[in-house]
Amino acid sequence: MTTEEIIQSGKKVYERPRLLTENITHYCPGCGHGVVHKLVAEVIDELGIEDRTVGVAPVGCAVFAYNYIDVDWIEAAHGRAPAIATAVSRLYPNDVVFTYQGDGDLAAIGTAETIHAANRGENIVIIFINNAIYGMTGGQMAPTTLLGQKTATTPYGRQADLNGFPIKISDILAQLDGTCYVTRQAVFTTAATRKTKAALKKAFQNAMAHKGTSVVEVVSNCPSGWKLSPEKANEWLNEHMLEKYPLGDIKNV
Amino acid sequence: MAKVKGAVTIDENRCKGCDLCVVACPTDTLMLQPKEVNDRGYHFAFMKNPDNCIGCASCAIVCPDGCIEVYRMTLQQA
Repeated sequence: MTTEEIIQSGKKVYERPRLLTENITHYCPGCGHGVVHKLVAEVIDELGIEDRTVGVAPVGCAVFAYNYIDVDWIEAAHGRAPAIATAVSRLYPNDVVFTYQGDGDLAAIGTAETIHAANRGENIVIIFINNAIYGMTGGQMAPTTLLGQKTATTPYGRQADLNGFPIKISDILAQLDGTCYVTRQAVFTTAATRKTKAALKKAFQNAMAHKGTSVVEVVSNCPSGWKLSPEKANEWLNEHMLEKYPLGDIKNV
Repeated sequence: MAKVKGAVTIDENRCKGCDLCVVACPTDTLMLQPKEVNDRGYHFAFMKNPDNCIGCASCAIVCPDGCIEVYRMTLQQA
């Protein structure tokens, strides 16, 4: 039985999500953004909501997300994605609105918008990619950077007395009454990726059921910013990131 | 006993040679091209040991660029 015969007569068990466009992503090799894009496209397709889904793209590495997933998109000013999503979800209550933000967008410049959108319980899905660094601008320290982690602006490692502590934004959002589902997942292994897909599906289902704000934090890698190969970056994520950002549901109402 | 055989197709020009599929593969099927590169200069993945593939789709699930598609079939053995 040759490979060609299996391809011709076998069952297709995994195919490229229909909603991913043909454009080749601009992400670095091994970047977690590509995996999450794929999962979002799969989930929207499986739920059959592509004609009433509106995404809000951030500023950051995912700024061109609208080129890669074939649904309606709006590009927000830096950090303002939850505010735009609020407007869309209020004007079109039957649409499923999601934001796709990195840690520089959501946890730094957009903290106020994020917290207040979640506190108002807007019916949106917030997808938060946490890679502990400002990837697009060249690997500077982010609010989520771990203590001791070397970045372009903390060449000797982040120090608490000078740079403060890493912020666990999902834990903060979980305390707000407006959120219905807050979870932290990762995409560094096959098993973790499957769990992330289930979490994204639940978040989109919450939005379809008008239950409130759902937050899916995805602990991701940044091979270029961390100066590691994709494989080593995933190992580093497993060893260091998950200690500070443990995986699992933080809130599930 | 039934035996499961799998095969993958790799979109060579989308592949960025990140090696994550090779790490995820439980049966040592995949490998990056040691010398050959695609249009954009990346060492793309290929099936080094096609007979090992069980069609588990681990490689496709972790692929950030969605360039892997997986096929599986069950062989009936006497």
